[in-house]
Amino acid sequence: MKAMIGLMHVIRRVLAVAVAVVLFAAWAVPAVSGEFVVVADTRVVESAILRYFADLYNINPFMNAVWAVVLTALYGSFLGILMDFILSRTGLDLSSRPSDER
Amino acid sequence: MDIFSADWLYMYMPIAGMKVLWPALLLIGFAVGVIGGFFGMGGAWMVTPGLNIIGFPMAFAIGTDIAHIAGKSMISTIRHSKFGNVDYRMGLVMLGGTVAGIEAGAQAIMYLEQVGLVGSVVRWAYVVFLALISWLVFYDYAKAEGGTRPDEFDRQAAEGVTWYRALHRINIPPMLHFPVSGITCSLWLPVLVGLVTGVLVGFLGIGGGLLRMPALVYLVGCPTHIAVGTDLFEVMISGLYGAFTFALKGRIELVSVFVMLTGAAIGAQIGTVATKYSRGYGIRIAFGVAVLCCMVSIILKEFGHEISAAVIILSAISLICLYIMKVMFVGAAQELREKRQSRAQARLQNFRRMR
Repeated sequence: MKAMIGLMHVIRRVLAVAVAVVLFAAWAVPAVSGEFVVVADTRVVESAILRYFADLYNINPFMNAVWAVVLTALYGSFLGILMDFILSRTGLDLSSRPSDER
Repeated sequence: MDIFSADWLYMYMPIAGMKVLWPALLLIGFAVGVIGGFFGMGGAWMVTPGLNIIGFPMAFAIGTDIAHIAGKSMISTIRHSKFGNVDYRMGLVMLGGTVAGIEAGAQAIMYLEQVGLVGSVVRWAYVVFLALISWLVFYDYAKAEGGTRPDEFDRQAAEGVTWYRALHRINIPPMLHFPVSGITCSLWLPVLVGLVTGVLVGFLGIGGGLLRMPALVYLVGCPTHIAVGTDLFEVMISGLYGAFTFALKGRIELVSVFVMLTGAAIGAQIGTVATKYSRGYGIRIAFGVAVLCCMVSIILKEFGHEISAAVIILSAISLICLYIMKVMFVGAAQELREKRQSRAQARLQNFRRMR
């Protein structure tokens, strides 16, 4: 339980920093200049979820960027917690290590 | 080789408009997860050529790589944090310098682009820095090996190259204590280290783990394990920032990011847990070898030997990955064996007491 609370604190910090980064980036990044634009071909996309993101990419690049960062952060956190849960079942001590340099 | 023509092995990438062999993505993610978790780096120097080889256009390879690095570093940071390897205070103090440095480095690149020197200048600057880092790592090891007896060895920080000691004597206020790293120094030391490594990151267009990790060890005086964890925390933040800017430019293929992250989640655990069974100098020597391979591949690329460069990089990734996996599995097996033995002894003592 104590380890779980500790993990939650870590994830909370990590996500707080992630949100701050997104907000900073939104403020700092200038509008996309008129460069060469790649358009997603939604005619060949079968999955509804992929079609939604491909459409979003074509229509609203800013929202697509926000989704990309948020989903990456969420999926990274989810995998981190899942792997932590799996590793805690192996019997290894994952809360300490010897602080040897040599 | 008909096995690779099976339809189910390919995924359609809607933005890049191409089909990609997803097991290859999974494998790249896994290998880079192992190496990144062990050395505390994002691994852009490994992922970009790997993605390029399986058919990604270079612009998509770089953007997808940065987004994947952000997620992977998050997974590794969570694991390192549980070991107590992340000095959040140090990471946040360095962050201001890092962001300012990245912008300054990017401006330098824009100038070089205007005068038409960007390609070769950046590549040779990169080679010089990699050569310096690898020399520093091996020189430090040789000095530590020759200069101290194991019984009088300082077990907390670098003993061969101790530049951080001179830098700690600069008492410009405010002085800060970093309990996780076990050091007290001027606030300006980590900020300046962040700024200088940030300039190089912006200038060279890399994640920065290759530069920041040794800087934390030799200039700031962090123990190696703390340097690895704290550097991953920094890589995660700069990766998220990079992911946003590249996604805004439409250069991220989110589907492949997710596939690579799935492989990286497993790899990062192996790499991170392996740091527990490896001594600080073990990590540094393996890191020095990785830096050397990276340097050789860039030199080969500069002289037009693209295939040889890719072979060197992929061979280095495979061998270092196998070495780290061996460290982790041998260490974990030994720990579990010792636990079983101590439990058996406890049971035997209980049994004797009962009798």
